[in-house]
Amino acid sequence: MNAILWQAVQILLVVALAPLVTGYVRWVKARLQGRRGAAPWQPYRDLYRLLQKEAVIAHSASWIFRAAPYVTFASVWLAACIVPTFTTNMVLAPAADLIALVALLAVGRFWTALAGMDVGTSFGGLGASREMLIASLAEPAMLMITFSLSLVSGTTAPAKIVAFVLAGNVGIEVSLGLALAAMVMVAIAENGRIPIDNPATHLELTMVHEAMVLEYSGRHLAMVEAAAMVRLTLYIALIATLFAPWGIAQPGAGAIGALLGLAAFLAKTFVLGSVLALFETSIAKMRVFRYADFLGGALLLGLLATIFLYVSEAV
Amino acid sequence: MSQQFSYDIAHLIGATVLMAGFGLLYQRRVFAVLNTFAFQAVALAAAAAWQAHVQHAPHLYVTAAIALLFKAMAVPFALHWLIEKLGIHRTVETALSIGWTMIVGVALVALSIMLVLPVTAAASALTRESLALAMSVVLLGMLMMITRRNAVTQVVGFMALENGLILAAVSAKGMPLVVEISIAFSVLVAMTVFGIFFFRIRERFDSLDVAYLESYRGDRS
Repeated sequence: MNAILWQAVQILLVVALAPLVTGYVRWVKARLQGRRGAAPWQPYRDLYRLLQKEAVIAHSASWIFRAAPYVTFASVWLAACIVPTFTTNMVLAPAADLIALVALLAVGRFWTALAGMDVGTSFGGLGASREMLIASLAEPAMLMITFSLSLVSGTTAPAKIVAFVLAGNVGIEVSLGLALAAMVMVAIAENGRIPIDNPATHLELTMVHEAMVLEYSGRHLAMVEAAAMVRLTLYIALIATLFAPWGIAQPGAGAIGALLGLAAFLAKTFVLGSVLALFETSIAKMRVFRYADFLGGALLLGLLATIFLYVSEAV
Repeated sequence: MSQQFSYDIAHLIGATVLMAGFGLLYQRRVFAVLNTFAFQAVALAAAAAWQAHVQHAPHLYVTAAIALLFKAMAVPFALHWLIEKLGIHRTVETALSIGWTMIVGVALVALSIMLVLPVTAAASALTRESLALAMSVVLLGMLMMITRRNAVTQVVGFMALENGLILAAVSAKGMPLVVEISIAFSVLVAMTVFGIFFFRIRERFDSLDVAYLESYRGDRS
């Protein structure tokens, strides 16, 4: 019974929290750059405003263009529901699996790229092709990380990995450090943050995500933006859950445990959000032709993580 | 503090040195290479200091201090000064593309692991891991020397190789201080020789690209 309740809380939590996380990162960045910046809850107002507005659609757009925002948002939301944030005691936890997570995110990405190509503008096609370039490099890296984690813990289910780590079975492993570094690089690429893509730009030749969704307006744009926000929250939660699971409530922890887990999750989210803002402020955007090096680096780190497992005989 | 924990920390620092080795291969700006090298030296100093603490071997603190003073400060500053003085190209010129270099780098790490595993079959898993790490750093330094065309970056590769040797030395118990000090000073001497060497190549070819040396057949003028 509790499991259903916590799952419902989780489903609402990720959506309710996502705009705040994005707004917080923007606010910290503005502060670091010497601006006052909009309040952290500004994204809620933006989404509300977009939902009020009329959606304008190009004449050449097909049903794919109209369906894509909803499919993208739904797949990202579903993915966010299976990452344990504050408790592992959830209905969907047994079904949750890192490989399924990668697949769900790929579905969202695929539809966004389709929508980018659908209206036939040059920017859309450009963005879609770059997005696929990033995906073709980021997904193998993500799978490599998954493999090294599952070699350590013997499972690909996030809930079981958390249980394994919290039981004290894992020391400070070189492999986990490498996997963490790779994971951070993948997360940066997948969320279109600096140095891969600039989330604050609207008209620049190097933009990737914005180029694909340039044609959207009104409620469709609200869905696209919300999906991006949920994805950022998802990756922050995933990193916090896999590499710093302390505080997450286990099955049987009760309401107090869940509340503590919630507090720990909020703390971890804001720490990671601040680190992201600091990182983005201190680094410059990368040339498009260097993406392959950056993400190839993530893939190689994932590979090294797996190799070192065999040396330290953790397998 | 348990035995396991101290080994874990040692390996984590060792892995940081290795990652800095990959960072050296990844950078495309000469100054960024120097910063990464300084970071690697700081990580090496941390590794030596940690071993000094764990093994209760005070002389390793001297090693750490040498690494911190000479390799993290003196050498990068000197190279920085040289680059400004000689007005060298600020981009790293590679003989092999960065992506391929990284792939070869990972292959070298795998190779060093495969070499270390049978040789140290009798040793514990912990020694094995530190040896594999140190050997990878050495091989990455060699790779850097091979794949860079500019003399400055080749020198950084040489210094990185030497970092790997020190890393291996501090992980093994009972390395005498005399050896370490002599290594440290030979590196400084090498640094001086390289410096003079830079000025000479530069005078003759107006560039530090070592490819010019290949076709050079002595002074004929």
